[in-house]
Formats: sequence, C-alpha cells, structure tokens
Amino acid sequence: MVVRDILDILEGEIICEGDLDQEIKTACGSDMMSDVLAFVKDQSVLLTGLVNPQVVRTAEMMDMACIVFVRGKVPDDSIISLAESRGITLMKTRFRMFTACGLLYSNGLSGGTKV
Amino acid sequence: MSNAIHLHYDVSGEDFTRAGEASGLVKKTLKKLGYNTDAIRRVAIAMYEAEINMVIHAEGGYCDVDIYPDRVEILLADHGPGIPDVDKAMQEGYSTAPDNVRTLGFGAGMGLPNIKKYTDDMRIETTLGVGTNVYLTVVVKA
Repeated sequence: MVVRDILDILEGEIICEGDLDQEIKTACGSDMMSDVLAFVKDQSVLLTGLVNPQVVRTAEMMDMACIVFVRGKVPDDSIISLAESRGITLMKTRFRMFTACGLLYSNGLSGGTKV
Repeated sequence: MSNAIHLHYDVSGEDFTRAGEASGLVKKTLKKLGYNTDAIRRVAIAMYEAEINMVIHAEGGYCDVDIYPDRVEILLADHGPGIPDVDKAMQEGYSTAPDNVRTLGFGAGMGLPNIKKYTDDMRIETTLGVGTNVYLTVVVKA
C-alpha cells in the first residue's frame, strides 16, 4: 500500500503533501505519543486525534511518512509547516479512530508488531 | 577520544511545542554522517523522550551529544526537582506528570522505559531539589 491508497481508503483530504507514492507497511493509531514511540515499525502511518506539533516530531523520530488526523481534525499552520519541512504527508479523514483503523486493517495494513 | 563530534543544545522549558528540536537536529546530523537507520532512530527516540521529560518536569536544561564512530553518547542535564524514586519512575505506566501533559500526548509513564529500551546504556544521577543528569549510550553496529 502507498500513501495515496490510504488517502483513497479513508476518503481523506491532503493537508500537506509529501511523497504520495511512498510505500506504507504498517500503521499505528494512538493519541499517546509515548505509546507510538514504544514500538518501532518500518514505513508506518500514524493515525491520531491529537493535534499538536509533537505529533509531527514523533513521526519524524520514527521515520513515519504520513499522519492521518481522524474525525476531520485540522492542524494549525505551525504544525503544517513543521511537517512540510520534514517531508511528511498530513491528511484528514472524517472517520473516527476505530473506523479509520478498521478500514486500513481490512484493506491489508497490519499493526506491525505481534502484540 | 579526540575524534568525537561534539554537539550542545539548550532545551527551553517554556515552550512545549519546541521540545524535540535538539533530537531532530541530532538525527539530521547522524543521517548526514551516514550512520545506519536503526542506530539513528534509537538515538532520536531516546533523546526525544528525555527532552520531553526535561520540558515537562524540569523547566528545560541542556544536552551534550558526543558522536563517535562506534557509539553516540548523550548527557541530558537539568536543574529540576529531581526524581524521588528512580526504580518507580522506570516502571511502565508510572507517571508524575500533571494532567495537562496528558492532553498533549505524553505523561503515560512510558518515557524512561522507552529510553531504556532504545539505548545500550542508561544511567541516572539525581538529587532532590538540585537536578537530574541522564547519561545515554547507543552503540552503533556497522
């Protein structure tokens, strides 16, 4: 799956465009950034309802290519410019966390860890 | 060792949104130097968590980073309140962070355990009312 597929599956809207052809192998859905940082996964997308710059910084440290804001949340300009400078794609989806994760999972994306 | 690259960053305790800036810069430097992805990520995550801790608990401090060919050593020093019970603080889920920090996505009691997980050596020197020094080493495998 590539970033563009996530956009389609979640009927999302791009807020900040990075590489839409970047391959995504795993996903992580959380509002707690330390939980995200606890499990390194490769080429991952982050789904979150949290809107602050630390979401982008967490994705940066984890080498994540894409962040999806659920429930249609929109980040402010400081968050967008931080993502732009890091080449991270930001998108929003109207779906809630559970549904958004379920849609990606049922389309073949895994959590990437065994537990 | 004389061939180390030394970096120094001050971490502001005033602005939570800027926490992680030093870790991001270290990550960028390591990338430029051609270190392997796994080592870079472990350094970045461990340092980021420690930086966040500094901002949440200690009103900031400073980081000294020494980059050697085979390892990265990081000192994070603050003049915060100190850690009363280090063993407890190392337990997953134990947190003394104020509630408002949780609304920012941290304070789940995973910071120190995460730092330990991603580093090859972690040492904490802390004195109540004086401050805390956290020493981290990440070994770089070729």
